[in-house]
Amino acid sequence: MTMNNHTDASVIEAIALRKSYGTHDVLKGLDLSLTRGEVVALIGPSGSGKSTFIRCLNMLEIPTEGTIRFRQKKVGDRFRDNGEEIGIGTLRRHVGMVFQHFNLFPHKTVLQNVTEGPIIVCKTSKREAEERAMDLLAQVGLAEKHAAYPNHLSGGQKQRVAIARALAMQPEVLLLDEVTSALDPELVGEVLAVIRRLAEEGMTMAIVTHEMAFAADVANRVLFLDQGVIAEAGSANDVILNPQNPRLQAFVARFRG
Amino acid sequence: MTYNWDFHSVWQFYDLFLYGLWISVLYTIGSIFFGVIIGFATCAARLSRWWMFRTIARIYQEIFRCTPLLVQLLWFYYAFPLLVGGSIDNRVAGMLTLSLYVGAFYAEIFRGGIVSIDRGQREAAAAIGMSPWQSMTRIILPQALKRVLPSFINQSVIQFKNTSLVSVISVADLAYMAAVVNGQTYRPLESYTVMAALYILMLLPLTQAADWIERRLRVSD
Ligand SMILES: Nc1ncnc2c1ncn2[C@@H]1O[C@H](COP(=O)(O)OP(=O)(O)OP(=O)(O)O)[C@@H](O)[C@H]1O
Ligand SMILES: [Mg+2]
Repeated sequence: MTMNNHTDASVIEAIALRKSYGTHDVLKGLDLSLTRGEVVALIGPSGSGKSTFIRCLNMLEIPTEGTIRFRQKKVGDRFRDNGEEIGIGTLRRHVGMVFQHFNLFPHKTVLQNVTEGPIIVCKTSKREAEERAMDLLAQVGLAEKHAAYPNHLSGGQKQRVAIARALAMQPEVLLLDEVTSALDPELVGEVLAVIRRLAEEGMTMAIVTHEMAFAADVANRVLFLDQGVIAEAGSANDVILNPQNPRLQAFVARFRG
Repeated sequence: MTYNWDFHSVWQFYDLFLYGLWISVLYTIGSIFFGVIIGFATCAARLSRWWMFRTIARIYQEIFRCTPLLVQLLWFYYAFPLLVGGSIDNRVAGMLTLSLYVGAFYAEIFRGGIVSIDRGQREAAAAIGMSPWQSMTRIILPQALKRVLPSFINQSVIQFKNTSLVSVISVADLAYMAAVVNGQTYRPLESYTVMAALYILMLLPLTQAADWIERRLRVSD
């Protein structure tokens, strides 16, 4: 018997997560559990620890204390699986991430950016990887750009390639850290549309964003991070549309413009 | 006063010049080859997480970057054998010193290239599950090496010129052979002018090629 249904269904979980840089405590004990198909939005002021938190979920930052669990198994501190513990490499293979600044590989074409993971990490055959990549590129509306190099693309196109690159690994969870913040305003929509469709298709996602309307729209749950703790959590309706916490009220008011 | 140029008597010994040139090329290519290996190893040590490796690599680099190559050659040929009790072949000493010397510079060039790559690249590679080795060889190094190619070529051109110093430990390179021809002909002006011309002949195409590559890389960035 499991004690807790919620935990049982979780794909990825953070338990009592702490992260310090020297004496600076950035995360002061956070818990989060993502169930399959759930979309969680993380909002909060600059420096509240949103990026640090989401980067702990795929171990790009190693937590100072606390645990990450993936498929109900503890993630260890080694790259490879180690007994009962899941390796960091395994975790990352199944948990995709999209970055604010895209981080596409500039020396590879759009197609190669997308096939790199499957071919090198998953040892998929080149043919199969390319077929799947072309499929994904078509889904993000960039099939005709497959032979281009990243610096010939607009910001919005780059970010859509980055999403395709993450999806090519067939991830169970997708982490998105302010993926529209570096874009010109007129390019934000095309990227949000892709994410919205992923949400509809049931992709499990943790999304750090300053787009309040978007968060309210796609997220099943919204967390307000403030000074390293989850200061408020609930439905979009509660957190964004009817905030109670005064700091949250001030924060949301600022982004409503 | 007019000087009576007489290249003819000097050029009788063209085979000595060509042999010397061949030796210079050989030492250049050889020391670049070993230097690249040493450079990569040193660079890896410099970027290692263990301070022992970092320190040893750093000490090696500073010793070879902060002493003149001439001094290094003299030391390895005359002093080193006394230290270990034996003797060292002048050709071995020459190749060894040249390789260690250029390796120290290559290591710095490689390291500079690697650390100049945005850390987002490493993170993106890690985020799709690549191991540190995969990320280094497939993502970081290709970009870093492309970026430092002009400096690498530049250092290698300098290396060609540096090989002339092995003549002081009697390795029969181009500079040494020019001295030999001079000894035979008593024609220093011609002997050393031919030597200089041969160096220019070899190096001019290389520096031109380096400039061309640098311009092309800048365009493609
Ligand atoms: N590598 C690091 N070394 C030291 N301090 C760091 C490091 N990374 C983050 N921090 C600090 O941790 C705090 C939280 O940073 P984080 O990037 O997680 O905030 P954020 O909520 O994502 O902010 P933003 O909205 O500006 O992106 C900040 O005060 C930052 O200065
Ligand atoms: Mg951030």
